[in-house]
Amino acid sequence: MSKRNQNADPLNVVGRPYRKVDARAKCVGQTKFADDIVLPRMLYCKILRSHLPHAIIKNIDTSKALALPGVFAVITGKELPISYGILPVSQDEHALCIDKVRFIGDPVAAVAAIDEDVAFDAMNLIEVEYEPLNTVSSIEEAVMIEEPRIHTYGDVGNIHKKVSLEFGDVEEGFAEADLIREDIFFYEGNTHLPMEQHAAVAHFDSDKKITLWSSTQTPHYVHRALAKVLELPASHIRVIATPNGGGFGGKSDPFNHEVVVCKLAMITGRPVKVTLTREEVFYCHRGRHPVLMHVKTGVKKDGAITGMHFQSFLDGGAYGSYGVASTFYTGALQTVTYNVPRYKFEGLRAFTNKPPCGPKRGHGTPQPRFALEVQLDKIAEQLKLDPADIRRKHLVEPNSITANYLRIGSMGLGKCIDKVVDGSDWKNRFSQWDQNSRKLPYGKGIGLACSSYICGAGLPIYWNNMPQSGVQLRLDRQGGVCVMCGSTDIGQGSDSILAYIVAEVLGIDPFDIRVITADTDLTPVDLGSYSSRVTLMTGNAAIQAAERARELLVMAVAEKLGVPIENLSLAERRVFDVENPEVGVSFADAVVLAESKFGTIGTVGSYSPPRSPGRYKGSGVGPSPAYSYSAAVAEVDVDPDTGIVVVERVWIAHDIGKSINPMLVMGQVEGSVYMGLGEVLMEEMTYRANRNVVHKFPSMLEYKSPTTLEMCDVKTYLIEDPDPNGPYGAKEVGQGPLLPVPPAVANAVYDAVGVRIDEVPITPEKVLRALREKSRGRDGRYGPDSVPTVEWPEPLRVLTPSEGGDGKEMPRVAVHS
Amino acid sequence: MKQKAHISFTLNGEQTEVAFAPHKTLLEVLREDLNLTGTKHGCELGECGTCALLVDGRSILSCLMLGLEAEGREVKTIEGMAEGAELHPLQQTFADLGAAQCGYCSPGFLLVSEELLKKNPKPTRPEIQEALSGNLCRCTGYIKIYEAVELAAARMRGEAYELPRESVYGLD
Repeated sequence: MSKRNQNADPLNVVGRPYRKVDARAKCVGQTKFADDIVLPRMLYCKILRSHLPHAIIKNIDTSKALALPGVFAVITGKELPISYGILPVSQDEHALCIDKVRFIGDPVAAVAAIDEDVAFDAMNLIEVEYEPLNTVSSIEEAVMIEEPRIHTYGDVGNIHKKVSLEFGDVEEGFAEADLIREDIFFYEGNTHLPMEQHAAVAHFDSDKKITLWSSTQTPHYVHRALAKVLELPASHIRVIATPNGGGFGGKSDPFNHEVVVCKLAMITGRPVKVTLTREEVFYCHRGRHPVLMHVKTGVKKDGAITGMHFQSFLDGGAYGSYGVASTFYTGALQTVTYNVPRYKFEGLRAFTNKPPCGPKRGHGTPQPRFALEVQLDKIAEQLKLDPADIRRKHLVEPNSITANYLRIGSMGLGKCIDKVVDGSDWKNRFSQWDQNSRKLPYGKGIGLACSSYICGAGLPIYWNNMPQSGVQLRLDRQGGVCVMCGSTDIGQGSDSILAYIVAEVLGIDPFDIRVITADTDLTPVDLGSYSSRVTLMTGNAAIQAAERARELLVMAVAEKLGVPIENLSLAERRVFDVENPEVGVSFADAVVLAESKFGTIGTVGSYSPPRSPGRYKGSGVGPSPAYSYSAAVAEVDVDPDTGIVVVERVWIAHDIGKSINPMLVMGQVEGSVYMGLGEVLMEEMTYRANRNVVHKFPSMLEYKSPTTLEMCDVKTYLIEDPDPNGPYGAKEVGQGPLLPVPPAVANAVYDAVGVRIDEVPITPEKVLRALREKSRGRDGRYGPDSVPTVEWPEPLRVLTPSEGGDGKEMPRVAVHS
Repeated sequence: MKQKAHISFTLNGEQTEVAFAPHKTLLEVLREDLNLTGTKHGCELGECGTCALLVDGRSILSCLMLGLEAEGREVKTIEGMAEGAELHPLQQTFADLGAAQCGYCSPGFLLVSEELLKKNPKPTRPEIQEALSGNLCRCTGYIKIYEAVELAAARMRGEAYELPRESVYGLD
């Protein structure tokens, strides 16, 4: 397929700040979110959830609930015995718990009733007899407490997964080092908090086919899970993802409430709706894993890394979710910013009696990025190097392969660093590690950090050889163009990206195009809105589909006008001869000519990521068609009397490759900075310290998130260095710019008041505690001091590319005692 | 036995009567009994500002107001913000500048912004921040929202206003 159109002609749509195709509907109240759907004779569902964190279900009595007038069905786990889960390796969830509950909020029974009030009353009439079990409430406990096991699968006891990988000989790297640092960090868990609570409506029709409307980011995976659990042919199930009122990863798993409303619709023969309360959304979670990290890094005097040993311990909560992938992600992307010639990663995910953790914006990478960037700051101080210089000097080369076999394409981090260093007047404001000749007054400080993120996971969640993204185009003889794709708009603008790209190739206006997405009956599969994959993958698929349609149009028009095909151009809703622009036909007439010549005009396009050079077990997490890069400088004001940290401004530069729409890119950067700010200053999913494992604040008031009054000023720079794998060179922006914010703020706090907060969030209590320690002549640091002692498996060893490795693991050598 | 309450009020400029279960909030009455689903809910506890709308020109949280309290009053929802097919200047700028990402919080932000501009046609950035501090948005970081309010305010005052290039393309 030719990519001529991408590079030769001037761009008419791509790169311009069009409004989103769905923007007006959202501003007038027309957009239908899942809870806005009302069907005739619809019933309402409520789900009874466990009030105990860990217990055996002895008995469930639903008779009183069933007897309540207005109740149509009450179901328990017995009706849905088949397990499911997002990853093939962790099919550990039941729509309703069968023999035990594993956290407060685990679903136990469900009701369908005439209205929400009756459903609520009926739910409270269900009697459940529990036998409480001892709980596991932390990583440390999970490592120590083998019984009772939360799950009967996994590594051992309450350890879900252990991984150990070594690329090159890391001890050799440490032997070459002039300085070796070991640090321990903790990144607290936090949650997505989408403004829209999850909702779903199921309709079972007279042909025994089911339709589910749901606020999901992954309709294709929900489709697969429903087929499995409901034991229906997949072809009889239709999943429609409604526009998501915010996702951030929190609507990426197949959820129990989605299965439950389908089952209730099948039993009652009536449509059934469920809308979670805000408290239930906290229990759904799947958000940021709390991660404890031990990082050992060796460097030369100039800051060049000689070896890194990274250990991460993840508190996974009660189920697998994406956790195995999350575990690998805490160890995958350390190598794609600065050169790490030898690298060892050990990761452990624990089961605990808490809401399950999973993917949140940046999936598994903000935690290690925080550790890495703060440690690098400490290294820079010890070596008396400027934090910008130490990073700038040792960047990964573009078009290279890292020690863990990630293929880097375009790499704009150097330019990003330069932009934020200049913009923030870094050289004249950073203390340069000398508190005595500070340039900013005590209490004010600036800090710098960098990061990188994938533009789409290289592999799908279940193994297959099919494309990750498909696009179908239909052109009608009135000049209408319809683009269909399984992708799901969660607010990021993925519907608009399809329209912009098709409009660009076909020379029409984006608002001429009808976009139909996220409907498993109507649209070709796209795997979903996760891993920052959508612009790159649907964009490439859309280009292919549109180029194929363009080819049919120009063939028909060339014949009609007697003009060579290569002379024809498509722009301004016309197909015309570039040498005699007045010679041409309207776009609609071009479609008529093409339809007359070829029959009905429909084309398809699809996208599969390139194969990764990594061949070792575990190499599936980390590869991507491209990597985005970001650099940030944060300016803070720390009050030494209260410990309150105010972030006044963040300068951020993001290597976007090419902006398909700069305005939407800016929105993603600003939104990422906002979410990173919330994580570093205030957001935390924490539980009462007793053995009840009760969520401390499952409400929007008490779970603190930044309002307009906490949000900082943002100065954004977009770096355009087109990547050959991106559509028009575009890379991701939805997740990457979050990553440098927490460490930049932590580093700025150190610059401001000289204390290290090696833990996120950086709350006033922690700052005060560290300041008090420092004033007593002790180490001005707040953070964890140790990690659990764990017997790690023998690492899987892989020779690095520079050692002549082929990407495969080395054969295991028998260990002699 | 009649179980429903019955009220008469002005809804988006139209005289409206509605019957509903008396314990329902105005939010529920609008969404469930009048099918005006443009008003959204994020917590139903008065914590997030998503369900904000205007009663007698003042912003209120419709999840904390009973439907019964709307008797005889003037209620404006997002569906009543445009003049016929002509969008309100705030709706235009919110759409054009990317102030609505997922769009779920947008109705609340739009109506609170409308109230602000009525009281203060030329608000400063801190005044906008103060006025919108009761509304949560998880997508935008609020910045595009401020820019949309500032542009709409200028247009409503009839002033020429050039959006800074850096708002759309970033700094050079």
